[in-house]
Amino acid sequence: MDASNFISQFFSPAAWTLLKSLGHLLMTPSGFFIWTTLLKSIILLAVILGLVSYTVYAERRVSALIQDRLGPNRVGWQGLLQPIADALKLLLKENFTPKSANYFYFRLASKLAMVPPVLVLGVLPFGSSLFGVPMTIASINVGALYVLAISSISVYGIVLAGWSSNSKYPFLGGIRSSSQMISYELSLALSLIPVFMIVGSLNLDEIVHYQVSHGWMIAPCWPQGMNFHTLLHPLVLWKSFSAGCSLSQFLLWIPLCISFLIFFISMFAETNRLPFDLPEAEQELIGGYHTEYSSMGFALFFLGEYTAMIAGASVITTLFLGGWSLPLIPDGSAGWWWGLINIAVFFTKIILLLFIFIWVRWTIPRFRFDQLMKLGWYFFFELAVANIFLAALLLAYVKK
Amino acid sequence: MQLTLFWIFSSLMILFGLGVITLRSPVSCAMCLVSSFISLAALFITLDAFFIAVIQILVAAGAVMVLFLFIIMLLNLQAEECRRLRFPVILGGIATILCFLILLSQVLASNPQFLEPIPALQSTLSDVKMIGMTLFHSFNLPFQIIGLLLLVATVGVVLLSRRTLK
Repeated sequence: MDASNFISQFFSPAAWTLLKSLGHLLMTPSGFFIWTTLLKSIILLAVILGLVSYTVYAERRVSALIQDRLGPNRVGWQGLLQPIADALKLLLKENFTPKSANYFYFRLASKLAMVPPVLVLGVLPFGSSLFGVPMTIASINVGALYVLAISSISVYGIVLAGWSSNSKYPFLGGIRSSSQMISYELSLALSLIPVFMIVGSLNLDEIVHYQVSHGWMIAPCWPQGMNFHTLLHPLVLWKSFSAGCSLSQFLLWIPLCISFLIFFISMFAETNRLPFDLPEAEQELIGGYHTEYSSMGFALFFLGEYTAMIAGASVITTLFLGGWSLPLIPDGSAGWWWGLINIAVFFTKIILLLFIFIWVRWTIPRFRFDQLMKLGWYFFFELAVANIFLAALLLAYVKK
Repeated sequence: MQLTLFWIFSSLMILFGLGVITLRSPVSCAMCLVSSFISLAALFITLDAFFIAVIQILVAAGAVMVLFLFIIMLLNLQAEECRRLRFPVILGGIATILCFLILLSQVLASNPQFLEPIPALQSTLSDVKMIGMTLFHSFNLPFQIIGLLLLVATVGVVLLSRRTLK
């Protein structure tokens, strides 16, 4: 007796035919596409939200480590249940709206702060493939531009929060953050153009595949055709390294390195993290744009900020650090376990970047606002534009 | 599927467009315009024009409207007062709408091809490449001229916004 006969005896015949037709419907191309996409979205969202709450925990523990304190270590082993306690506390508090606030926009703003970073996750390749299903929710051919577009509308949540609170500090925070985000969006977008020119595509999947074959964007040289077998033969290994190191690759590495630095630093400004956290500078503005929020309203801003951080880290990983790829590790077509390892590699890279984000926050003091604007407009913007010309000149020399 | 999406997003767009002209608070008008732009981007996506859709959000919703909102908030504009509608105004409005509808129906009736839905462009190139090819091959000179004009405008704005003109 095979498996389907065994299962069928638990159902009435009518229910069994219904189940079977449902099964067929799920395996048609469009049906398959719909349920795999739904499943991927739900699992990715769950993983990211889990990662968000533990990034908050990591932030507190790492900051404690850096400042020679203990940090939250009481709830559960090493304080690992602290995020759950925090979430419960925030849920149970009163969700207060100030009397003079504009109720509709006050409530809308906190939701608008959370949505854009989550939308960014939709185009990111967080793995190669699993059982033949590509691990990107939507592989659109303008993926990188989509990321920039969505991050450009994430200003609305903050601006509306600052305005609708009808209070001095949130208003100043909102004004500051919108001018900061508009300024750094420019260098953020311009710094990516050399990457697009070298890869010749805006599709994030293709950018990752380019890095699998040509090496990560921030690597000056890359071994060609290395695998587990060549590791044991020093001569073959040397050949694979010398084949991968060429003058052209090294020349292209220069603009890519500049791109990476501009993008990485602008990402701090775009996610309102220290050293650029002027919008919520506690000493000057209390809490900045979310001063008047309490309970889940505040929690949504908080989660939105950390989700933006994770989305930013995943964009950096995808564009410059090889996405899900790691030397010696094949993609998901070699077997589903490799697909799982690819996903793990991607998230490991994100976690390392998040650690750097936290490390920077608790090490470097805050910029002054005019210094921040000068850095964005007088330095990064010009550097990014010059970098585009440099990349174009080098490409003209290298390709032809 | 495509038709349903078209109806959903085009009606949303018209709804938000109505919001822009009927709502009295400037912030609400600006937000309605943003939502209308985003619905327009969704319409572009149903036509497989991802690049135009993303640029629509990036430029119109993400850059231009943020500055609008910024200025509205800085000036702290209050809600406009409702104007009293007079009879001639209503008559004029209705006459304008009627004229527009008559004109539209005449144009549509003049050529039956206008009523048939036009399928999305099919091409082996991705739409970014297609737009790049069109711009730099067929319209290279106009494109360069527009670029120069934009540069002149940018320099002019920088010059005008300086506090002291030397």
